[in-house]
Amino acid sequence: MSSTPINQVTGKGVFVPGDDVDTDRIIPARFMKCITFDGLGEYLFYDVRKTESGEDKKHNLNDPRFAEASIIISGNNFGCGSSREHAPQSILRAGYVAVIAGSFAEIFFGNSTNLGVVCAIASDVDRKAIAQAIDINPEIEISIDVENLRICYGENSVSCEIKPGARDSFLSGRYDPLDELLQGAGEVSKTASSLTYMKE
Amino acid sequence: MGKSLFEKVWDAHVVRKLVNGQSQLLIGTHLIHEVTSPQAFGMLRDKNLQVKYPHRTFATVDHIVPTNESLEPYSDPLAQGMIEELRKNCAENQVTFFDTNTGNQGIVHVVGPEQGITQPGTTIACGDSHTATHGAFGAIAFGIGTSQVRDVLATQTIALNKLKVRRINVDGDLLPGVYAKDVVLHIIRILGTQGGTGFAYEYGGTTFDNFTMEERMTVCNMSIEGGARAGYVNPDETTFEYLEGRPYSPSGEDWNAAVEQWKYFASDEDCTYDDIVNIDASEIQPTVTWGITPGQGIGIEETIPKLAEAPTQSERDSMSEAFEYMKFEGGSPIMGKKIDIAFIGSCTNGRLSDFEEVAKYVKGHKVADSLTAIIVPGSQVVAKIAEAKGLDKIFIEAGFEWRAAGCSMCLAMNPDKLIGDQLCASSSNRNFKGRQGSPTGRTMLMSPLMVAAAAVTGEVSDARKVFGLATAEI
Repeated sequence: MSSTPINQVTGKGVFVPGDDVDTDRIIPARFMKCITFDGLGEYLFYDVRKTESGEDKKHNLNDPRFAEASIIISGNNFGCGSSREHAPQSILRAGYVAVIAGSFAEIFFGNSTNLGVVCAIASDVDRKAIAQAIDINPEIEISIDVENLRICYGENSVSCEIKPGARDSFLSGRYDPLDELLQGAGEVSKTASSLTYMKE
Repeated sequence: MGKSLFEKVWDAHVVRKLVNGQSQLLIGTHLIHEVTSPQAFGMLRDKNLQVKYPHRTFATVDHIVPTNESLEPYSDPLAQGMIEELRKNCAENQVTFFDTNTGNQGIVHVVGPEQGITQPGTTIACGDSHTATHGAFGAIAFGIGTSQVRDVLATQTIALNKLKVRRINVDGDLLPGVYAKDVVLHIIRILGTQGGTGFAYEYGGTTFDNFTMEERMTVCNMSIEGGARAGYVNPDETTFEYLEGRPYSPSGEDWNAAVEQWKYFASDEDCTYDDIVNIDASEIQPTVTWGITPGQGIGIEETIPKLAEAPTQSERDSMSEAFEYMKFEGGSPIMGKKIDIAFIGSCTNGRLSDFEEVAKYVKGHKVADSLTAIIVPGSQVVAKIAEAKGLDKIFIEAGFEWRAAGCSMCLAMNPDKLIGDQLCASSSNRNFKGRQGSPTGRTMLMSPLMVAAAAVTGEVSDARKVFGLATAEI
């Protein structure tokens, strides 16, 4: 599906510390007993934010200073674990448009890209500096320039990495590949007919 | 120059290049389950699209199925709603559904192989990250998100970047009491939880040559825990022998032709890899995780690493987060940690050979009074064969609960869950925070026999000692 190109995403940030933030942490499995993705935003990082009795823990995600954030800053191997698209869906539905991390797990990265959630890779040093800057001033605007691979925050600008395929898809607005895949139907049939096990 | 299996299968299934540089890849076999498919069927309905190849789409129900109640409606109305939605979607789209009344229902990664749907030289996708399991047969198999489930339903293809291939050789004999589960926990321990990002893992060497198909599946299953989206073993006589005579395997004249084709897909001897790792099988110990990622594992005789031993600040942070959550201390022995729950099952270790091995040793032992121990077959077929062999009686006699097929306590989308900060010895694949249903529940991953040893002693124990393993082999 051709959507609006994403050249740049801008917003306030919130720091979610830790490496290996897995998809069970992003959206615990018990909230996946649903047949649509509608309502998932409410459960984003549920056990990170809430105690067992449902009270708010002390965490940036509960801090009113970061209530308007739309960009998550986190550690390495973000989104590891399950293939559940419920994870980026809950991120998107909770109002976030991008994640800046040290690295991303592959399936999470692909799922996010398909939804137009920008996953940008920045160095440990740069992420730490961004986290410190927003801790001092949560109002700082963070901007990810998809085309030029820069992250600007306040007066600063650092480089970032967005995988080439994903970057092209954001810039062309073709990050949801379904239409393009459908257009290949003729060639799909040809490939399928060359494979014995595909026969009915 | 020769080609690897990955390249051959990729070349046979690649349809064309897409504008953004990715490839459109044909997915020959699409497996679906109740958690990640309903939204995809909804998207299809919204766009007025049909399932393109219903005969290459197979469904089962596993995550939400209760293992201790068989009558519908289930006590959880949300679970009931999900199974009914899958039933409806399969019926409307002529998709084969291994429903609970077929005798063939089970965890999707157990059902595919045992039905003979999983075959060498094919591409397999499922909205489930443990789809790499099917790579044990020499298939390129990987997990996908729900939007991609939609793409496969509608086009039988997905957009994908080609993976690099890392060959992992494990050579030699495993020590008594060391299993396929220990091999994969060891691999993740040394290569890390993100070491496989961007790679398919090709597992080989004499250890894999000698493995049964079920052992190969256990290793391939956890590829994603090492960051590798796909993992596979080249097909050989062991593969063909396993597949012959299964319901969906080729038969008659087609069988020989299929075997010839399958042999072609095995990696050529002169192919090159993007990376090669060599592991000596005799170095692998019964392995147990002490932390909150599958890479945080150690041999049973080792002590939990100390913070001071962490090579980087970020690893030190991860370790201290793990210690706080697990309530463990660096430098303490892993042996002797008191267990509350023992769980044997899951798509990693819920197959017949897992149960046969445990049954062989637990006979005559009793589960400690202090804990609950459950054994959950990976499929109704596994349950039926295990029961015909009398394994269920051995387990029940020893004090285990013998349950009905499903994902059970691996991920807590059904009534099987940890409560509070219970510590679980588990044959499953993930020890993430909250994974087993309680936000403070704690998981230690290990082989089924190590879980059994923990069950009978009430604490993390060396199965070799508990069951006198070295001598029992003679």
